[in-house]
Amino acid sequence: MLSVVVFLPLSAGLVLLALPRPRDATAAWTWVAVAALDLVLVLGLWAYYPSVSGPGPGGFAYEERVLWIPSVGASYHVGVDGFSLPLAAMTAVLFLACAVHSLRRPRRVRAHAVLFLFLQTVSLGLFSALDLLLFFVFFDLSIVGMYFVIAGWGHGRPARSALQFFLYTFLGSLALLLGFIGLYVASDPRTFDMVELAGQTPLEGRGLVGGLVLLAIGVGLAVKTPTVPFHTWLPPAHTDAPAVGSAILAGVLLKMGTYGFVRIAMPILPGAWSAHAMVLVVVGVVSVLYGALVALAQTDFKRMVAYTSVNHMGYIILGLGAAGLATGTQSDAASLAITGGVTQMVSHGLLTGALFLLAGVLHDRAGTYDMGSYGGLAARAPRFAALAAVAFFGSLGLPGLSGFIAEFQIFAGSLGPVPVPTALALLGILVTAALFLRALQRLFLGGPGPCTDRVGDLSAREGAAIAPLLALSVLIGLTPRFLLDRVEPAARALAALVAG
Amino acid sequence: MSGMEGVDPVTLLPELVLALAAVGALLLGSWTPRRRQGRVRLCVVAALLVALAAAVAAAATGTGAASGGHTVDTITHAVRVVVLAGVLATVLLAADAFADHPRESEFHVLLLLAALGTMVLAGASDLLVLAVAYLLASIPLYALVGFAKDGTGTEAALKFYLLGALSGILLLTGTTLLLGAGGTTGYEGLAAALPGAPRALVAAGVIAVLAGLLFKAGGVPVHFWVPDVAEGAPAPVAAFVTTVPKIGALAALYRLGDQVLAGAALDWVLLAALLSAASMTLGNLGALLQTDARRLLGYSTVSQVGYLLMAVAAAGGQSAQPGLLFYLGAYLAANLGAFAVVCALRTRTLEDHAGLFRDRPWLALSLVVCLLGLVGTPPTAVFVGKLALFTAALDAGLGWLMVLAAVNTVASLFYYLRWILPLFRAPGEPPEAGDRPGAPDRWSTGVAVTAAAASLGLGIAAGPVLDLL
Repeated sequence: MLSVVVFLPLSAGLVLLALPRPRDATAAWTWVAVAALDLVLVLGLWAYYPSVSGPGPGGFAYEERVLWIPSVGASYHVGVDGFSLPLAAMTAVLFLACAVHSLRRPRRVRAHAVLFLFLQTVSLGLFSALDLLLFFVFFDLSIVGMYFVIAGWGHGRPARSALQFFLYTFLGSLALLLGFIGLYVASDPRTFDMVELAGQTPLEGRGLVGGLVLLAIGVGLAVKTPTVPFHTWLPPAHTDAPAVGSAILAGVLLKMGTYGFVRIAMPILPGAWSAHAMVLVVVGVVSVLYGALVALAQTDFKRMVAYTSVNHMGYIILGLGAAGLATGTQSDAASLAITGGVTQMVSHGLLTGALFLLAGVLHDRAGTYDMGSYGGLAARAPRFAALAAVAFFGSLGLPGLSGFIAEFQIFAGSLGPVPVPTALALLGILVTAALFLRALQRLFLGGPGPCTDRVGDLSAREGAAIAPLLALSVLIGLTPRFLLDRVEPAARALAALVAG
Repeated sequence: MSGMEGVDPVTLLPELVLALAAVGALLLGSWTPRRRQGRVRLCVVAALLVALAAAVAAAATGTGAASGGHTVDTITHAVRVVVLAGVLATVLLAADAFADHPRESEFHVLLLLAALGTMVLAGASDLLVLAVAYLLASIPLYALVGFAKDGTGTEAALKFYLLGALSGILLLTGTTLLLGAGGTTGYEGLAAALPGAPRALVAAGVIAVLAGLLFKAGGVPVHFWVPDVAEGAPAPVAAFVTTVPKIGALAALYRLGDQVLAGAALDWVLLAALLSAASMTLGNLGALLQTDARRLLGYSTVSQVGYLLMAVAAAGGQSAQPGLLFYLGAYLAANLGAFAVVCALRTRTLEDHAGLFRDRPWLALSLVVCLLGLVGTPPTAVFVGKLALFTAALDAGLGWLMVLAAVNTVASLFYYLRWILPLFRAPGEPPEAGDRPGAPDRWSTGVAVTAAAASLGLGIAAGPVLDLL
């Protein structure tokens, strides 16, 4: 069943590719239909999800395992737990939103749709992979797919940005591969299986080797996340990517980095994680502050949102690092921080996806992201202004929206183990609030700018793509239980591994 | 040296078929009118299929033999299958370029003889057999490279020949020195005798033998012919020369390292690792800024040899031999696929490929799969090969080499992407779009698509294939 969910988009894409010259409308609507069907299937998985505990053996639901390369102990092994299911659901929602948003017919509709269907399979596959090699395959393919999205449908200097994106993140992925090979060589019997490796924890008690492997894996994931100092590929990639590409890049692909930490680095290298958690905490806090301050200085709307992603990902790294530093008696705090981190991944996916789609709306109408060119949009485009305001407030962590739930849990969980860094990171919230309010002011209030009269209000299609994302964020903000019930058991099990 | 009397001809069936086919093609070509030499090609394809069937049957039944300085084992089986597949693809590529060529049958004869030499090279377990195989695999290629009788081809052939002659002499010198050191040229005897032999003598002999084999493989420091041949020779010949002979050479290097030099008083592992590092790095640096597609592929094969030499450095490890053989097959598919696209379009520069995705989507997709395959992007076959070799290197305590290979892989991505990017450029941008030749060649297109499919299929079905090795 899980494999069907994962490979449905790709097979639909192949069918689309095989059709002799389908009409553009056929391709666009097929994409919407497939994305919707896949979302329904994921919701089915959610509804019938049995209570499992992860990350050890038997901790996963809907497990499937087929030997792939037995001689190196690699298998096609998939399954979901409380970490991956919410991310898979968020992925399905975001891809549906992008499909709806793309009904306006971009250039080369069919290739566009096929590429995104491919990316959806890759993303869902990554979030359900339970084998390091399978994880790596999807990790690398996501880079290839996004490269073509930016190079083929971007604007500005897409070729250059796409190349930079590919080279930079590919370097990260190879660091990741080296780490995986290190784990493989250390394991006995040798295997790439995450569940078995989490049971073996092969590098426990081997300080230097464990640290080096964690370094390789950590760098690989940190490039993808991205954290300071590996974030420099992100702003140009976002600036030149098409709106839907940015939404997927920020909403889904960045999560692959942070998800890798909770899925691979923490359960398989718990000792090394605890030993080096302080590095993670510092990287997290620096990302929070640096991302927020640089975002504050931006005049380009899309670059600003891109830098707030660095800030938001920083909170997750802070929470995960703090969980590693929690002592045995603080296991509850660690669990809280991890739950907050996973909630932040979902929340950031929804909110940033909406923000990038809104940025695309602006660019479609006036051809620029420069905030100084706009002003007084609230009067001209009230629906656009209303949705943007919700997304802004959600991103700055206003209570009642998903961002608050996530960040509150991260701070509450981290304060015990690492009080000073957490207090510093709180300043990040302040800066983010300032920058979003300032952006709100520049775009929507005041006198009209030179491009204001070119901006009409949201069409029904754009509304239908963006509004559900924000509605979900509000839903999580008001009644988070349905999400937390899934995340918490897995977070408790992981906290028990790394804390103390 | 034991004589050839005890050899069971059945174990050498694929080699015999190739030798007979070469002679047969020469005779048939002599009695066929020049305009109807197409029938020679048919016979050659038939002979190749028979040889392939024999090789697969021998591999499936696990026939093994070791006599007369020639060993038939897993390495030989795998190399036979891979080489024969490569020759078959080359013959099909040449079906476009050399159809109705007045010397078509000579082309096929030379091709078959070079393939025969390559296969013997992989099976040789005696330095004298190795030297004979080297000559058999080299001399026909000198002629093939200059086959078109044009300026660039002649220049390439001359460079190739001079360097080849020098390496051949070095190989024979090395054989003599090792004979002096060990009292025999058979691998088994050498393995027993070399640990006690004078260190300097052994080192000089080994390095001279290495020079010959590295020339065949196209590895640093005797790689200078590779880019020139790739650029100057006729396209199908360039595809063959830069791909197939190195399969035999690398298998021979592996056998030499694994069976003879593992115990010798010589830091073989370090030597092979340094050569590997130099090849991958210099090959990449050379390829970085090339604008000619075939020259770029030439340099890229030098760097691929570097990755493959990792297996030689890690010889004897658990995943070294399967990794090497798998990588060779994967490399053959990816490299021949990329060359097939160049053959099909008769293009020269990277810019000539602009807008290909719009005009020929299948050809463009095949090229993307093959080039990303050469990088080692999953799920293509080279990824599995690289994974196995990285693991082998780490197992052998060569962590630094593994890291260097990973860094080189990222660097290689840069030039492959320089080729991929124009494929998807929006039509109308390139000024020279008008003069692209009309329809691409049919057979070459087929080979390109098949090679891309094989590259993907081999990667996904890597499990069963690796088990065989």
